[in-house]
Amino acid sequence: MNRQIVKLFGLIVVLFAVLVGFTSYWSVFEAEALKEKSANKRPLLEQQQIERGRILADDGTVIARSVAKGRGANLRYVRRYPEGALFGHPIGYSFVREGDSEFEQFHNDELVGEESEFVSLLDELRGQTQEGNDIVTSIDAEAQRIALADLEAVGFGAVVAIEPSSGRVRVMASNPPYDPNRVPFELAELNRNTFETPLVNRATQGLYPPGSTFKVVTAAAGLDSGTISPDSTIVAPGTLDVQGQPLANDFNQDFGAIGLDTALTNSVNTWFAQLGEDVGSDTLFEYMDRFGFGSTPAIDLPDDQVYRSGVYEGSDLLGRGDAVDAARIAIGQERLLVTPLQMAEVAAAVANGGSLMKPQIWSRVVDPDGRVTESLDPSRYSQAIDEETAAELTTAMEGVVREGTGTNAAIPGVAVAGKTGTAETPFNESCGGGSEENQAWFIGFAPADDPEIAIAATVECTTAFGGDIAAPIFRDVAEALLGGD
Amino acid sequence: MRSARNRELIALVPVALLLSAGFAAVFAQEEARLGNLSLVYGAYFLAVCLATHVYLRLRLPNADPYLFPLVALLTTFGLVMVYRLDPDLARDQANWFVLGLLLFALTIHFLRDYDVLERYRYTIAGIGLLLLLAPRLPGIGQQVNGAYLGVKIGPLAFQPAEFSKICIVVFLASYLREHREVLIVGARRVLGVTLPPLKHLGPLLVVWGASMFMLVFIRDLGSSLMFFAAFLALLYVATGRFSFVAIGMGMFLLGAWFFASTVPHVHDRIQVWLDPYQDPTASGYQILQSIFAQADGGLFGKGFGQALITIPGTDTPLLPAAQTDTIYSLIVNEVGLFGACAVILTYLLISARGFKIALLADDGFSKLLATGLTAVFAIQAFVIIGGVTRVIPLTGVTLPFVSYGGSSIVANFVLLALLLLISDRARRETRGAQSRAGGLALEGS
Repeated sequence: MNRQIVKLFGLIVVLFAVLVGFTSYWSVFEAEALKEKSANKRPLLEQQQIERGRILADDGTVIARSVAKGRGANLRYVRRYPEGALFGHPIGYSFVREGDSEFEQFHNDELVGEESEFVSLLDELRGQTQEGNDIVTSIDAEAQRIALADLEAVGFGAVVAIEPSSGRVRVMASNPPYDPNRVPFELAELNRNTFETPLVNRATQGLYPPGSTFKVVTAAAGLDSGTISPDSTIVAPGTLDVQGQPLANDFNQDFGAIGLDTALTNSVNTWFAQLGEDVGSDTLFEYMDRFGFGSTPAIDLPDDQVYRSGVYEGSDLLGRGDAVDAARIAIGQERLLVTPLQMAEVAAAVANGGSLMKPQIWSRVVDPDGRVTESLDPSRYSQAIDEETAAELTTAMEGVVREGTGTNAAIPGVAVAGKTGTAETPFNESCGGGSEENQAWFIGFAPADDPEIAIAATVECTTAFGGDIAAPIFRDVAEALLGGD
Repeated sequence: MRSARNRELIALVPVALLLSAGFAAVFAQEEARLGNLSLVYGAYFLAVCLATHVYLRLRLPNADPYLFPLVALLTTFGLVMVYRLDPDLARDQANWFVLGLLLFALTIHFLRDYDVLERYRYTIAGIGLLLLLAPRLPGIGQQVNGAYLGVKIGPLAFQPAEFSKICIVVFLASYLREHREVLIVGARRVLGVTLPPLKHLGPLLVVWGASMFMLVFIRDLGSSLMFFAAFLALLYVATGRFSFVAIGMGMFLLGAWFFASTVPHVHDRIQVWLDPYQDPTASGYQILQSIFAQADGGLFGKGFGQALITIPGTDTPLLPAAQTDTIYSLIVNEVGLFGACAVILTYLLISARGFKIALLADDGFSKLLATGLTAVFAIQAFVIIGGVTRVIPLTGVTLPFVSYGGSSIVANFVLLALLLLISDRARRETRGAQSRAGGLALEGS
């Protein structure tokens, strides 16, 4: 019987090895995947017992903080947002039951003080409990307030302001806003509101036709690829036949032979349509890519909450080699859809000598002892166009604000460069189906000679033009940001 | 003899250290919640261990020196975990530990000549079956989570399956000792498969029937699996015929499959095992939370007293049955994969010592009894750890010596007492043989 007993022991060894194997699988190899299961509330419940760090505006205004509830084993922290709806976008929310979103979600690890297993083991041995870090953002509270108030006065839409030299996001406002403090009580209602969609950050998730603001990209491609120079002229008739459909200027105005400055100042459709065809769709796509179209913007927000801009075919993006109407893309029509963040990046790239910086909301991480543990090190996304092209384009964009469609963006004593846009969106269901509805835009930067701020402002479902409704928002926000320095 | 007991005493030192460290850690963690008095339980526990050691020194000087320290290690570990959950439960557990040791001492005292068990084997088998049936008896039976596991007579509540397993193993060891020869010799090869003689198959079919009966009427998948696996292990060791085991396994799987498709309770358990995400908040809750708790432990765990047992601010359990069924998940959560491996290793070492006793034992009954007791112990550990790690369907079996529960602690101490009794005799005879041989050599010189 002894031989069998030894074999039986062998079987028991194998069975116990299987147990060790399964335990290793769940506790180590599969652990990360299990922590992300929606049925698993443990990570959130545990984080709730850590004092999550605060989120601060540039001037120290507290955007989010945690307050303690209960004591002992029942101690937990609940998130509070003292400024209510003002920073609902892009900061988002973080609650145990409702989950988290936007900036709160992206920067979760820093906010809860997440460390590697070995570091946390050392902390445990030293008797230290996990503590969250504060994050100071680049958001300017006053400019954010003005941007949101301006939007609320005119309609749904978004404003994004970026510091061109660093990519720091100074303003990101989306109207309608929501108050993150209300999320635990009315998340379902907020989600059900498919008309206002207050939980959607329109700055990063609003996909709108860019209208004439896209002419900046077309002009950049034309100049930078050498297709035109600032002195070249193109004859711009009142209407043009493109692919069997007429393409017209406002009031069918015939401009004759004109150069870039005049064409941009007056937003001449037939001029840019021809430039688009001369440049060709492949080159146009190449420059769009350089400005960040076609990719998820490299901003510090969760990927699924930042949409890509480009020429959409259903939910897919078209690119080089696809059959598109270059003339209509050149003037911001066709199936082109963009986010306000993307258009702010276009303005910022031109403002920064053609160099596009990665947009970032955070500025620095401060540990519980008040030490700055990490600071934003601005990094370049691409050199979209060369410096000379950027300078030539800036001159043309200054004309728009000085004497063209964007005079409402002018700031006394400061040179402003910009471009208006008014995309017609008639019979749009989300606008209530009216026939006169537009998507109004203004993108630009100031001061033109030494840019400190680049802004994109857009308003949905308005009968007004970009120069009348979006340009004033640009002016107010730019003034707030320039005046503060 | 003396050296064996000295080794036992030395092996108890790390147990004492673990106990002190564990209690101190939990205490430091939750000073506010726990009273100073609770530390006394630690000291009390140690004193009882020492008393047991002295008792073994007197009564079973030759018994295996490592079994008791290993068991004390598990009990200590369990006590620290239960203490961490609820000091009141730890006090109960410590009391049961004392009661268990009392029965342990009584078993050693009255069954020194454990061969008498053979004489009463049918009575013992009857008691075993009666114990199994008891939870279904009106008036005293209790239903827990759809399974009939408990019995309540007056103020005394216990889980009879824990005691029944010992009775059944005693019966099987005795029965197989007597009939193993006929089972081997009478076996015939039919179509290339070695079949046991039909005449002697009867009692074996009874065991299979009992297992199936448990599955259906007691609805206790875990105990059923544990009993039948122990039976197959014994059958294999007694006859050396793997084909018997294969046939038995086939019969069990066939029966389990049949009942899984006809009995809703069994069916649900298996469905939850196959796809726990189907209903993560109800039927799949326990197994999923068990696995999530393990995922949170990682390599080193979160530390004693750090696991989340309930949703903070509420009484909603986050790890259901943390003190019994899912205590292993709690261990993984708090002391990590390394701590859990240490627990499994302890069970493996106990099994190794148990099988060593079986190897050393002289007579067939001792061999089979030691094998059966060790196998049923190891399989019980496998069934519950395998349950909470989703190797097999989760069932309500306790983790021996670790889980909170009086029946489990007391029954397993009786099991330990029997193993030590067999060990003492086997080693005494071996030593005797050695010294006789030595004496002869001396005379010859």
